[in-house]
Amino acid sequence: MDLLLNLTVNGLATGMLIFLLAAGLTLIFGLMSVLNFAHGGLFAWGAFSGVFFYGVTGSFLISVIGAVLTGVVLGFITEKLIIKPVYGNHVQQILITLGFMLVLSEMLKVVFGPNQIAAKTPDYLSGSWEAGGVILIKYRLFIILVGLLVFAVVQFILKRTKIGLVVRAGVINKEMVQALGIDINKVFLYVFMAGAGLAALAGALMAPYSGVVYAEMGLEFAILAFIVVVIGGMGSFPGSLLAAILVGLAGSYMAYFVPSLSLAVNMILMAVVLIFRPQGLFTAKEA
Amino acid sequence: MSRLLTLENVHTHIGQYHILQGVSLTAEEGEVTVLLGRNGAGKTTTLRTIMGLSPATSGTIHYNGQDITKLPTFSIANGGIGYVPEDQAVFTTLTVEENLKVAMRKEDEAAMARQDYVLTLFPDLKKFWKKEGGHLSGGQKQMLAMARAFVNDNRLMLIDEPSKGLAPIVIESVMEAIREMKKQTTIILVEQNFSMAAGVGDTYTLIDDGETVQSGRMEELVRDEELKRTYLGIA
Repeated sequence: MDLLLNLTVNGLATGMLIFLLAAGLTLIFGLMSVLNFAHGGLFAWGAFSGVFFYGVTGSFLISVIGAVLTGVVLGFITEKLIIKPVYGNHVQQILITLGFMLVLSEMLKVVFGPNQIAAKTPDYLSGSWEAGGVILIKYRLFIILVGLLVFAVVQFILKRTKIGLVVRAGVINKEMVQALGIDINKVFLYVFMAGAGLAALAGALMAPYSGVVYAEMGLEFAILAFIVVVIGGMGSFPGSLLAAILVGLAGSYMAYFVPSLSLAVNMILMAVVLIFRPQGLFTAKEA
Repeated sequence: MSRLLTLENVHTHIGQYHILQGVSLTAEEGEVTVLLGRNGAGKTTTLRTIMGLSPATSGTIHYNGQDITKLPTFSIANGGIGYVPEDQAVFTTLTVEENLKVAMRKEDEAAMARQDYVLTLFPDLKKFWKKEGGHLSGGQKQMLAMARAFVNDNRLMLIDEPSKGLAPIVIESVMEAIREMKKQTTIILVEQNFSMAAGVGDTYTLIDDGETVQSGRMEELVRDEELKRTYLGIA
């Protein structure tokens, strides 16, 4: 039982990290219908800049804020230079964002060097608690809390604010939103920057979790994020949360009980969901 | 009476198709101008071109003295033009309340008073205030689409086939709402049902094969059997 609880906490923490990465991706896809393969690059930049800011300031909070701002600025540049010219063309989006993903990864090597860099966990989030034989690692609980908080905040914005209403309306009918006097391109830009900020947040939190950051981590985790977006339903925010938790838990259990299947389990999960619900667990309009 | 909107020799291409091939029309302030013509004549594209959704490739569109031909859709709408599309384009997973809230450019006292007035025109919307747009009947969706355009203080309303697919009793209440709106705003109306159009229209513009054929006062068209037979198929 204790073992199961430990595996569950680990799975939830991993799931929340994947959710943070997938959340941005699904928002960007849901509203803008943009397949952004550069998302992993923004995640990696978040991880590296988090480590950088932590090294410079010694404050974990400032490092996370710095990483998110880095992601937001990169998001602004990416939308303006890379995404804007290819709105409405998925093939071009895949090609150009995949290319930009490689550029972002290589730029990390130019700026931070080619080797992986160690990432430290702040003292107050290091260590663990023991409750009834269950070891609860503080940092993992912290990630779960941040993931839930981000979910709640984004849901609040989507459901309770005017900008959230505009985003939800834009998912349904962009043209009509414009015909009501709303500059949808500006909304697109904000959503893209928010999505990039979420990717960078995931990267900044992932760094202490994995202990090291490396330039290729973006591509690695972007694949997981895409699996989550497909399972959850392209463009569905609650779907992404559920799918990320499923992927995290499945990975955690499989790694312990059937290690040989731990890498394949995400693909199997995706295949099973797609067989029975090709549209994913939720649909975009339930976002 | 002043001229609120003028289209001069407007051409519009959609992909490789040349849809509008010379549409000219005027809308006088305070009047209802009805666009008439057969299916596929270019009436809907004319409205979409005015809104900038299918931008004109040549010709000019002047609204309130300003050239809006090349303006983006949101700027055109913010200039005071409301649009009710043929398919209503209700936001299906948003409630009636949220549909109106998205549309409201301001949420001040005057806007709320206007919303209350709009709800007196369409009392059903009040009844289904918390219901999602996708769960409304066809008539209720049409009312919501019209309310959404009318909730702002627009000077011009473009309404595309409001009676399409609706039951006769619903059509009557939609037309009654248009007559009420007419007291406060200028309207360009696309309407296939000629008797409805004649009942509410002050002027008409007849479009055929993407081109303006004739414009004039509605009462003249009502008397012109030849024109109606040739272009509207009304015997």
